[in-house]
Amino acid sequence: MNRLRQFINKAGWPRVIIGFFLLSLFVAAPFAQVSLAASIKDTLVRFGMNGVLVLSMVPMVQSGCGLNFGLPLGVIAGLLGAVTTMEMGITGIMGFITAVILSCAIAAVLGWGYGKMLNRVKGEEMVISTYVGLSSVMFMCMMWLVLPFKSPAMVWGYGGSGLRTTITLEGYWFNIIDNFLAIKIGDFTFPTGLFIFFAVMAFLVWAFFHTKTGTAMTAVGSNPDFARASGIDVNRMRTISVVISTVFGAVGILVYQQSYGFIQLYTSPLFMAFPAVAAILLGGASVHKATITNVIVGTILFQGILTMTPSVINSFLKTDLSEVIRIIVSNGMIVYALTRKTTKVKS
Amino acid sequence: MVSEQVVLKMENITKDYYGNRVLENVSFELKKGEILGLIGENGAGKSTLMNILFGMSVISETGGYQGKVIIDGKEVNFKNAFDALDAGIGMVHQEFSLIPGFTTIENIMLNRESLKYNFLVEVFGSRLKTLDRADMQERAEKAISALGVKIDPNMLIAEMPVGHKQFTEIARELDRKNMKILVLDEPTAVLAESEADILIQSLRRLADLGIAIIFISHRLKEIIDVCDKILVLRDGKTVKESPAKETSIRQIAQWMVGRNIEEKKDEVKNERKLGDTVLKVENLWVDMPGETVRDVSFEVREGEIFGIGGLAGQGKLGIPNGIMGLYEAGGRIEVFGKSLEMNVPVKALKAGMAFVAEDRRGVGLLLEEPIDWNISFTVMQAQNKYLKSFIGGLVKWRDDKKISELAKEYIKILDIKCVDEKQPVQELSGGNQQKICLAKAFAVNPKILFVSEPTRGIDIGAKKLVLDTLKQYNQKYGTTIIMTSSELEELRSICDNIAIVDEGKVSGILPATAATEDFGLLMAGKVDESKEKVSG
Repeated sequence: MNRLRQFINKAGWPRVIIGFFLLSLFVAAPFAQVSLAASIKDTLVRFGMNGVLVLSMVPMVQSGCGLNFGLPLGVIAGLLGAVTTMEMGITGIMGFITAVILSCAIAAVLGWGYGKMLNRVKGEEMVISTYVGLSSVMFMCMMWLVLPFKSPAMVWGYGGSGLRTTITLEGYWFNIIDNFLAIKIGDFTFPTGLFIFFAVMAFLVWAFFHTKTGTAMTAVGSNPDFARASGIDVNRMRTISVVISTVFGAVGILVYQQSYGFIQLYTSPLFMAFPAVAAILLGGASVHKATITNVIVGTILFQGILTMTPSVINSFLKTDLSEVIRIIVSNGMIVYALTRKTTKVKS
Repeated sequence: MVSEQVVLKMENITKDYYGNRVLENVSFELKKGEILGLIGENGAGKSTLMNILFGMSVISETGGYQGKVIIDGKEVNFKNAFDALDAGIGMVHQEFSLIPGFTTIENIMLNRESLKYNFLVEVFGSRLKTLDRADMQERAEKAISALGVKIDPNMLIAEMPVGHKQFTEIARELDRKNMKILVLDEPTAVLAESEADILIQSLRRLADLGIAIIFISHRLKEIIDVCDKILVLRDGKTVKESPAKETSIRQIAQWMVGRNIEEKKDEVKNERKLGDTVLKVENLWVDMPGETVRDVSFEVREGEIFGIGGLAGQGKLGIPNGIMGLYEAGGRIEVFGKSLEMNVPVKALKAGMAFVAEDRRGVGLLLEEPIDWNISFTVMQAQNKYLKSFIGGLVKWRDDKKISELAKEYIKILDIKCVDEKQPVQELSGGNQQKICLAKAFAVNPKILFVSEPTRGIDIGAKKLVLDTLKQYNQKYGTTIIMTSSELEELRSICDNIAIVDEGKVSGILPATAATEDFGLLMAGKVDESKEKVSG
């Protein structure tokens, strides 16, 4: 009993409840004529797809910039990298690598400016970053039409100019990571490549926070006055964290796309931030503290529910509840975390 | 015009805060038209005494008080400040409680406005009565003229000089019909000398009108000038109650700060050898809110323990914060003969200085992080120690093992009570947190160590340990220590020389062995009398 309570205290009630909910969905799956193997495979793939995006939250949370609601900015960098690579006509693994390199360069520049901006609005980062996300997406809505892309695979069929809303990656780098070393057992496929990729990215973040700079960044997030008294340039640390977060956002969307099969332009980046924020919070992160464990636990729980509810719950209730549940979980989690922050400050 | 009628009597007032006795058997009487000067160092119990009189909720929330408060012969026990107001007690606080966007009249009359009837009252009740501005103006002018000053009643508070704001506050209290006792908490602190003089005169005038006044000030000259009687508190006890005429500033100063002077003489001190000047501060100003430093110059010699004392809010805390670059500062600082670039904390650290901040939880610690991080962070970042280098120094990896060892070492040396070095510091007691702050500074191996209020908010046992640790560290490594503290006795127990800061300036530097009343005089801003001592 004591042990159980200790575990619950350590894991936190939200994770225990959602974990049990997810478990019950898996148990119920066979009764709803849903294939367990396919469900698990879907959950794993979605974990791999979203993992890096969720991971991109960590640096900014750690440096005290709060949750990165401005993730769309990183996503845009990723999209720019992807379409530019396609324009150059590079395919396969080389294409993906080129896209990553280009995206990172763009993301570093955008992130630097974004970081400078957040340094001017200390205490209001999450509000401002939401607007940065919104406005950058809207700006790009115009740019996708105007930018001089020519590749027939990408531009609108009729006018011959302006990019399409959805661009297929078939023939470029569709599933290139998913299929890397993938293990097939019957109708179950384990996306080894996705997991290796996520592991490498997670290792990079983990390693970074074990360096001198990473330590300084954590201190800045924990107590900026302390860090300053120890001779740390607080603004510089914050800027670096925003750059890293933005770069990870860019890489994250590239992984997401290659698995999903399409590049989604225009307003679609807007819908990337909330699920990522909700996932890391669900994993037990707070507004100013996040670990890799939070990322992994949160992404599995959140994506697990997203995968399981449409198939299982809908087959019981005969109505489409999945979208409702997704919104309740993601928005509810964000509200929960934000209120928890205020009580912590008071105590 | 002091009559014989006693309006206020406080008898044997005793008050504990969480087992910590802050007032013990304090008694005094206040007659109609009498001005009582209440004197004491920070923490002597002045505010607590006034809070009891005023029925502040902080008193009842912490278990009430013992003793009697008698007003006009009747014992009272105020539940809250409104009861006290009704009983005719007015208080003017140190910080202004005025509405900046309102005029003088509106501020004076707030919630006591003269009202006029209109037809809407029949429908909606008396809350919709309109203001009788003419009558309000008349009343406000009457209150202001009682003070003997000229203030435009229609001026906005925001546009007023500080002095007028202070008068407005007093006028507001005067407008109450049954005002009998007026408490003024450091009313002259924010005023220029000429304004303070006017205020003093108006206090006299009010007393002549029959109002009893309790006047709190650290400027002893004012107390002597205006008060009929003085009450000196020290450590919660009445040290002296005496008619103001029969005493002098010097004597009051001694009562205020003095413990037993003789027993503190430490013969070891005289044998201390000090080296060359290591820190030279010239014309330092620091813009630290609440602790502004205006113009401070001093020199500290190698191996010296230099004390900076003075009352709260006078700027002593601003000095180390300014030198370490934590608050906007200017002037000239020389460390080991080299000029120090100001406002850059890392330069101060690299110059061999370290700082134990007065604001432990705010600046001193990473509360959510483990002990070892707290101790090693500064030395790691400023001196690149406890790091492993890879790829030719491109990657500087945190050496967690060495950090743990460092923390364990200090936990042992300083006797820090904790589970292990991975415990978050917010779970530790104040004294142990302070030890971690010290360990953090020691880990840097500083040549000059600034320590601000090292014993604030920690219990007596830990206090002694902290002071002894500083002393030992100084003896063992010859580290120059500059300690800032509100407690003069604490400074005198370990320092060689002590500078007293008053109103942002050094009012004098004395050896720790100097007489207590000389320090008291410096704190009270009486520079003239003690100037000859400074040079000696």
